[in-house]
Amino acid sequence: MLNTTDILETIRMIRDENLDIRTVTMGISLFDCISDDPERLCTKVYNKVTKCAERLVSVCEELERTYGIPIVNKRISVTPLSYIGAGLSPSGFVKLAKVLERAACELGVNFIGGYSAHVQKGEILGAKNLIESIPEALSETTKICSSINVATTKAGINMDAVRQMGEIIKETAYLTRDKDSIGCAKLVVFSNIPEDNPFMAGAVHGMGEPDTVINVGVSGPGVVAVAVKEAGDCDFSLLAETVKRIAFKITRVGQLIASEAAKRLGTPYGIVDLSLAPTPAAGDSVAEILENMGLSRCGTHGTTAALALLNDAVKKGGVMASNHVGGLSGAFIPVSEDRGMIDAAKAGTLTLDKLEAMTAVCSVGLDMIAIPGDTSAATISGIIADEISIGVVNNKTTAVRVIPVYGKGVGESAEFGGLLGYAPIMPVKEDSCERFIARGGRIPAPIHSLKN
Amino acid sequence: MKAVVTVTGKDRVGIIAMASAECAKYGVNIIDISQTVMKEYFAMIMLAELDGMTVDFAAFADSMKLTGEAWGVDIRVMHEDIFNSMHKI
Repeated sequence: MLNTTDILETIRMIRDENLDIRTVTMGISLFDCISDDPERLCTKVYNKVTKCAERLVSVCEELERTYGIPIVNKRISVTPLSYIGAGLSPSGFVKLAKVLERAACELGVNFIGGYSAHVQKGEILGAKNLIESIPEALSETTKICSSINVATTKAGINMDAVRQMGEIIKETAYLTRDKDSIGCAKLVVFSNIPEDNPFMAGAVHGMGEPDTVINVGVSGPGVVAVAVKEAGDCDFSLLAETVKRIAFKITRVGQLIASEAAKRLGTPYGIVDLSLAPTPAAGDSVAEILENMGLSRCGTHGTTAALALLNDAVKKGGVMASNHVGGLSGAFIPVSEDRGMIDAAKAGTLTLDKLEAMTAVCSVGLDMIAIPGDTSAATISGIIADEISIGVVNNKTTAVRVIPVYGKGVGESAEFGGLLGYAPIMPVKEDSCERFIARGGRIPAPIHSLKN
Repeated sequence: MKAVVTVTGKDRVGIIAMASAECAKYGVNIIDISQTVMKEYFAMIMLAELDGMTVDFAAFADSMKLTGEAWGVDIRVMHEDIFNSMHKI
C-alpha cells in the first residue's frame, strides 16, 4: 500500500496549494487544408480542427475526475496560419480567425493558438497579410491567440518586423480599447519560438510535428512556495534540492496526464512543458516563492539570483520526471497573472528594468505588462528589441507581451479577467528610441550562432 | 483498476462505517485501509478494487463526495496511478 504521508501530501497539494495541470494542448497540422480557394480553405480548416479535437474536452474532463486533478485549460495549437493561408488577403485572414473562433466555441476549448508567422529573416506574402490583419482579428475574436517570431539566434533580428509589431500592438490596443486593450494580451512577439509550446499566447504547431500531438503544461507555484517556506532558512544547496524534489512530483502528474490523454485520444504524446505557471489566485504565485526564499518583496536586489536558482532547480527536478520535455520549460513571470508580481509592481519594487533582467535567467520574457496607453509605437518596438536581443544572444526563447492600455496611465490599473488577471500600469522611459528603431533592416546573428 | 479513497476532516463516531457502507453499496471492494487521528483531525485512506463496481467511476466518486459533505468530511476518490506517479520512481 502507498505511504499515508505521500497520499495526504498529494491531497494537500491539490486542495490547498493549487496544484493543477495548466493546460492540455492538442497540436493540429493544417497543411492538408491548404487550398487556393479561401472558402474551401476555411471549410477544410474548420472540419479538420473540429474532427481532430472532437473529444479533447470530454477526455480531459474524464481525466480530471479519474485522477482528481483539475485541468484548467483545454487548448489547441495549429500550424502557423501564415503558411496555411499564404495566399489570403488581410480580410481573408480575419475570416479564417473567425472560422477558428467558431470551432473553438463548438469544441468548448479555451484558446486556439497559431495566428502566427515566422519572419526572422523577412516576410512571405502570407506573413505580411497576416500581421496586417492582427488588430482586426484579435478585436473580433476572443479565443484566438497570435504570435510573431521576429528573431532567432541563427538568423538575427528582423528589425523591420520589430518596428512593425510596435505599431500593430498599438493598433490592437486601440481596437480593443473598450476592454482595457485586451487584444494585446493575446499577442506575443518572440525570439527563438519553440514548436511544441502548449502555453498561450505563443502556442503553435511546428513544421516538424506529427499530424496531431498532445502537449501538456504543468503548474504548481503554490506547491513550490509552501515547500520553500517549510524548508526554512536552509542553505542554497538544500533550497535547490527542495525545489527539485517538488518539481519532480509536479511534473510526474503532468507526465501521467499527458500520456493518458494521448492514449485516450489516439494521438501521439509530444512533450511536457516544465513551466511554473502562476494564476492571480492567492497562493499560486512565482513571486511568493522568491519572497519565501528571503526577499521582502519580489523585484528587490537578489531577485534575479533567486529566480535563476528556482528556474534551474525546476528543470533539474522536472527533466527526470518526464520522458520528453519541451515547450518553454521554466518559471513564468507574467505580471498581471501573478498576485505577488502585481503587489510588487504596485509598490514600485518590481520595475520594467528588473523584469528585463529576470527574463535573462527564466522563461519567457516581458509578459502581461500593462504600460501607459500613450506609449509610442517606437518605444514599444524598443522594449521588444531589448528583450529579443536577450533571447538571441543567450540562445534562448524570449518574448514580449505588453499591453499599452488605451486611455490609461501610470497610477491606474487594467482588468483583463480570468487567468489573465489585472495589472497596475507600469511606467516606461520618456526618452526616445525612434531614430534607432527607424533604421530598418536586420541585426546580424551573433558570432556564437556559427557552431558548425 | 484500483482507486485510493481518502477521507479527511474532523473526527466523529461512525466515519469508517459510513465510508465502507457507501463502497459496499456500489460493489467496491476495500482491500486495504489505514487511519490516523491527529488531535481532532481524522485521515483515513482506503485502497479499493473497482472491478466489480456497479456504476461508473464518476458516479461513484460524486456519490462519495456528496455523502462526505453530509458528514462534514472531505472524501476523494482518485485513481491510484496519480500517487504512484508522484511518489515512486
